[in-house]
Amino acid sequence: MRWSDNAKIATKLLALAASMLVFAIFVMPPLYDAFCEITGLNGKTGGKYEAVPAAVDRDRLVTVQFVASNNENMPWGFKPSVVSVKVHPGEAMDTVFLATNPTERDMVAQAIPSLVPFKAAEYFHKTECFCFNQQALKAGETAELPLRFIVDPDLPPSVNTITLSYTLFDITERVSSNFDNKNTDSEREG
Amino acid sequence: MAHGPQPGFKRWLYTTNHKDIGSMYLWFSFAMFLLGGCMALVIRAELFEPGLQIVQPEFFNQMTTMHGLIMVFGAVMPAFVGLANWMIPMMIGAPDMALPRMNNWSFWILPFAFAMLASTLFMEGGAPNFGWTFYAPLSTEYAPPSVTFFIFSIHIMGASSIMGSINIIATILNMRAPGMTLMKMPLFVWTWLITAYLLIAVMPVLAGVVTMMLMDIHFGTSFFSAAGGGDPVLFQHVFWFFGHPEVYIMILPAFGIVSAIIPTFARKPLFGYSSMVYATASIAFLSFIVWAHHMFTVGMPIAGELFFMYATMLIAVPTGVKVFNWVTTMFRGSMTFETPMLFAVAFVILFTIGGFSGLMLAIAPADFQYHDTYFVVAHFHYVLVPGAIFSITAGVYYWLPKWTGNMYNETMGKVHFWLAFVGLNVTFFPMHFVGLAGMPRRIPDYALQFADFNQIASMGAFLFGAAQLVFLFNVIRTVQGGKKATAEVWDNPEGLEWTVPSPAPYHTFSTPPAVR
Repeated sequence: MRWSDNAKIATKLLALAASMLVFAIFVMPPLYDAFCEITGLNGKTGGKYEAVPAAVDRDRLVTVQFVASNNENMPWGFKPSVVSVKVHPGEAMDTVFLATNPTERDMVAQAIPSLVPFKAAEYFHKTECFCFNQQALKAGETAELPLRFIVDPDLPPSVNTITLSYTLFDITERVSSNFDNKNTDSEREG
Repeated sequence: MAHGPQPGFKRWLYTTNHKDIGSMYLWFSFAMFLLGGCMALVIRAELFEPGLQIVQPEFFNQMTTMHGLIMVFGAVMPAFVGLANWMIPMMIGAPDMALPRMNNWSFWILPFAFAMLASTLFMEGGAPNFGWTFYAPLSTEYAPPSVTFFIFSIHIMGASSIMGSINIIATILNMRAPGMTLMKMPLFVWTWLITAYLLIAVMPVLAGVVTMMLMDIHFGTSFFSAAGGGDPVLFQHVFWFFGHPEVYIMILPAFGIVSAIIPTFARKPLFGYSSMVYATASIAFLSFIVWAHHMFTVGMPIAGELFFMYATMLIAVPTGVKVFNWVTTMFRGSMTFETPMLFAVAFVILFTIGGFSGLMLAIAPADFQYHDTYFVVAHFHYVLVPGAIFSITAGVYYWLPKWTGNMYNETMGKVHFWLAFVGLNVTFFPMHFVGLAGMPRRIPDYALQFADFNQIASMGAFLFGAAQLVFLFNVIRTVQGGKKATAEVWDNPEGLEWTVPSPAPYHTFSTPPAVR
């Protein structure tokens, strides 16, 4: 029969299938991350923010609440030093979270932020955050984890309260098995 | 032509004949249908009463997972591929499939994939227990060790489907008899052409998502692990980007089968042929932009919820075109109700019910109540059982005389239909009620107030299961013998497949037929 025609079609279709595989593994995840960052989808907050001088909006007060929780099986004590602060948009604010490693072994943790309402995510800027780094605590050690943030003056007027939640994950095994020779506090997006 | 099939088992192992391969696909799919059906009966037996009676929750979860995987990938999809293998070359006047050796391979890797999947039931830690949608991190961090076998079996099924689709597209585009233009092709061929493109587009995405799981589990990546900077919600987006076109993969060929059967028994040509083709293409296109309607409760901006809600509702338009075309084909037709027609008419009615509950689920604010309840279970079983399964059954009864040369037993066929029809509705209709009342899906135990409807559903399930044994018996009897069928079989049916003798000779259309 017209074997060469069949082979031509089959090759093209196989190439289409292969490109869909590449699309799924190498394009969809970065695309999703970019999409989340732009839209604040899932309450994902952006990476480190370089503060730009901006007028502080003295007329407006926004409540920022802090939530700290542990992922399953994470034994650390983890809580915000204050549960809620009021800030003027544009004003830099410092706070700390408290973490304790009550176990007998040295551990490494990673905090993952999430923020509601989602539409506030892009107006919440962190100039300094413990979530940008991995946190290593020796057995029994306690640490203050710093956070410095600015609420953008462009925050939509309908938002009066922002809740910032951190979930602490135990990544001791992950660090020791996969990143042995890497810098443990490598910069990451949080 | 001195050569024919090899004798004995070698015939089936080495065959490159589209009819042999089609038969193997169909028998394999029926075996998987019975296996998946037994698992459904375990589920229904456990749910007959509240409390735990028969199985432990861990095993119950394995049953729901395996039932879904086996029915979707083992029963419905291979059955459609089997029908495509048998019918597409005969419908377009081709001597065989375009790539016969690849055809052999795409079938023969399937039993191995499912043997591997089924073997996980006997492994330490049990079979996959995370639902057929295998959401991460349930299927990664918290999965039983057998998940790796599950991943590889999905890879093999994907390879099989992709090869099958390439073959079908090459056959349809390249092997049509002279004069068989695209717009003269039977709708079954059209719907399969479009389905094959869907398969080629999304089966690699499924392979990709299980590959990412594999990497997360064994190679330390964090695609879906929040601790490493990944996101479990990404899994759901990638999965449903595959999953939504997948549900149309399981229904478009059904539209094709029904569009062949209804005109024959209404004794009228199909109403609105070209609108059927365009409607199928529109459904296929829309299937790529509605995936997040499975994820309304996962957290999305309001604009996203609205977009996916309206896009989903838009699908009702081309689907409605199809339903009205079938009804109009029947309207003032001189109808008779042989078994294939009974199944086809039941398809139109019951699939429409499933479509309507789909519209209810598409309403984003309402979906927050329906999400993960038995209402969802009722919905997708109403589109899959009377949709995919009934259409396949209708197709088998319709073409069985052509395949075997013998008429099936009409009385037994009607008994099968009525048992299945009653069983199906008794099983799945009460699920709407318990779902709306708040019974969650995938649980082995439930609150007392759901007991009555669950008992009714369980009784219906066993009735539906028994009906399939009538079907099996009828098919075996027809293969063995019976009243001889004519070449046309039915009253003046349309299509090239009815121009060859019954049973269809091993090689058909070695010289292309003349197409009007």
